[in-house]
Amino acid sequence: MLGLREYLQNFHSCPSVEIVEWKKQEGTVDVSARDLPEILSYCLAMRPRPIWLTHVVNDERQLERGFCLYLVLHFPGLDFSLTLVAKGINNEFPTLSSIFPALNWSEREAQDLFGLQAVGHPDTRSLVLHPGWPQGFYPLRKDYKRGDEGKQFKRAPLVFPEMHGDGIFQVPVGPIHAGIIEPGHFRFYVIGEPVLHLEAQLFYTHKGIEKLVEGRSIDEGLHIIERVCGVCTLSHGLAYCEAVEKLAKVEVPRSVLLWRTILAELERVYNHIGDIGNMCAGVGFAVGNANGSQSKEKLQRLNLEFFGHRFLRGMVVPGGVKSISSSKDCQTLLNRLLEIALDFEEWLPLLLHHDGFRQRAVTTGVLKPEDAVEMGVTGPAARASGIANDWRELHAYLLYPELNVQSMVEEDGDVWSRLMVRVKETRESFRFLETLLNEGMEKSEGTNEALIPFSSHKLSPWQPAWGCVESPRGTDVVWLMVDEEAKIYRCRIRSASYANWPAVPLTVPGNIVPDFPLINKSFELCYSCCDR
Amino acid sequence: MWNLLLRKLKMGNLTEKGGNSLTQQKSSKLPSSFRQSLQARHLDCGSCNGCDWELTALGNSFYDHQHLGIDFVASPRHADVLMCTGPGSTQLLMAAHETYEAMAKPKWVVAVGDCAVDGGVFKGAYASENGIGNVLPVDVKIPGCPPKPEDIINALLEFMGKR
Ligand code: SF4
Repeated sequence: MLGLREYLQNFHSCPSVEIVEWKKQEGTVDVSARDLPEILSYCLAMRPRPIWLTHVVNDERQLERGFCLYLVLHFPGLDFSLTLVAKGINNEFPTLSSIFPALNWSEREAQDLFGLQAVGHPDTRSLVLHPGWPQGFYPLRKDYKRGDEGKQFKRAPLVFPEMHGDGIFQVPVGPIHAGIIEPGHFRFYVIGEPVLHLEAQLFYTHKGIEKLVEGRSIDEGLHIIERVCGVCTLSHGLAYCEAVEKLAKVEVPRSVLLWRTILAELERVYNHIGDIGNMCAGVGFAVGNANGSQSKEKLQRLNLEFFGHRFLRGMVVPGGVKSISSSKDCQTLLNRLLEIALDFEEWLPLLLHHDGFRQRAVTTGVLKPEDAVEMGVTGPAARASGIANDWRELHAYLLYPELNVQSMVEEDGDVWSRLMVRVKETRESFRFLETLLNEGMEKSEGTNEALIPFSSHKLSPWQPAWGCVESPRGTDVVWLMVDEEAKIYRCRIRSASYANWPAVPLTVPGNIVPDFPLINKSFELCYSCCDR
Repeated sequence: MWNLLLRKLKMGNLTEKGGNSLTQQKSSKLPSSFRQSLQARHLDCGSCNGCDWELTALGNSFYDHQHLGIDFVASPRHADVLMCTGPGSTQLLMAAHETYEAMAKPKWVVAVGDCAVDGGVFKGAYASENGIGNVLPVDVKIPGCPPKPEDIINALLEFMGKR
């Protein structure tokens, strides 16, 4: 790590770089937006290569800092996270997308929502706001007050690249799809059956959540953040609570860590098993789908029975967890989980040994490792392309260091690999749950400390803090800043889906159109937490 | 093959039969030809996808909506009811309208979840309506965040006069 610190200290021996804070695991460095490209290039050349956690633009003109840009990078191996802060941006900043394509969407989002210009950005189209909004509508600026822009919105044609040639056709699909799925528009450029190119236009479910939470109290914020994504509810809530706890400088007790880990793993198993079944739905393989959805239902019923909500909403609160189960409940829960795990192993061979299913899944929708790295892909999608970036392994949080989590990696990057990563992770999660619940059984007495009211803590105002959790879909990051009254000033949600969506269209060319549902389901990304 | 059969025998029948009856029990405003079978089309209007997953769950072997005469169809042209989830996100409203327009009459709209009913937690967001009722004529409201699958089924059965 010294290398990086020295580099930054001696940067052109120039005063524009200032090390604000440098602790064992986290550093904050002020830089000027002009120098960001050079510094980022240097960081990206380091080995192991850093991953991006989040990219946040914030309107701090009230604080006389202009617009600020926060880029959080994580250096694996060292478990060190660096926040690069560029303050005093007026109306433009140099693009970083050409150096690090993972930031492409985030910069376009800043253009849409803040009206800043990312100079030199390779894609000039709007992203989050579709064409048709009134001029000068920049909702995330602090001086924006909600008016009737929504009423003025007139849908205008979306902008897509043109493609000419003999036998080239465009197949528009969506935004509304057949079946019970979220909305998004896909445009396939095909020649015969094979796809040449795919453009995805998302953000149909954009509601403006990041603006909505501004000015709310921490508890109100949690209520909304838990509803950013239905199926990664717990991960989002947990990431948010971690950020809040950082601002309050609170260490949560071990019993809380234990239960948070249990809940996070419960969320993983019900999602992974459901997703494995759902992949079968992508090829119309009913037996696989039926078994997957059946096991998922059993797991969600456990969630309801023991934690009061099928999606585990309301379980994580700042400073603690809502409740801690008794020894007896732990035992029952564990027994039921083990039954489901046995059942899982019983039906799984049906799909793993099914020739027809294998043929559809193997070599379909390959995500190349270099693309995964460049696009900042996270979660099972990255691990299926040989990148060992499980946040539970990279970063010491909750009880994961004790569980000795290993990233489950596959090499081929196709649908089959993404399936196998989920299969392996499900098995691991059942194993972790057994260990954790055994501990829960011993230690469930006298744990009232978990329920201490958190409101008495003072949160540091105007400080950035982030929380980060490995959700079933990858690393979810919540970035938070509060004002003096502990009301949310800015909250940025970078979900795993947001990080992964830009990579999906890269995996489709060369496959045939009917393979797209399968490829899409193998990533199993959520539109809602991407669009927010 | 034999393993599958054996597994099936061990497991028994999971589908919950509670309350299903083919005979009409209560009055319903639906014309009689719709009371035995209802074809639904799902429409996500900006939901967090919690409600969507609960609608998907209706198809698993525990609820098995098909045995109740309820089915999800792929096209609005085939649908009797439109099951809307989410508060109505602005950028999707036109498409939502077009979906509704594409349905053959008579048609009904069901608002699934707090969001669809009145905007839920997303009330007041700059790119969202306060509930799908602002845009489409809602006939049935199913509150909950998300409503449990049994709540959704019960509401639909009630709508059909089966409960
Ligand atoms: S009602 Fe709740 S679960 Fe349903 S879409 Fe809204 S926030 Fe999500």
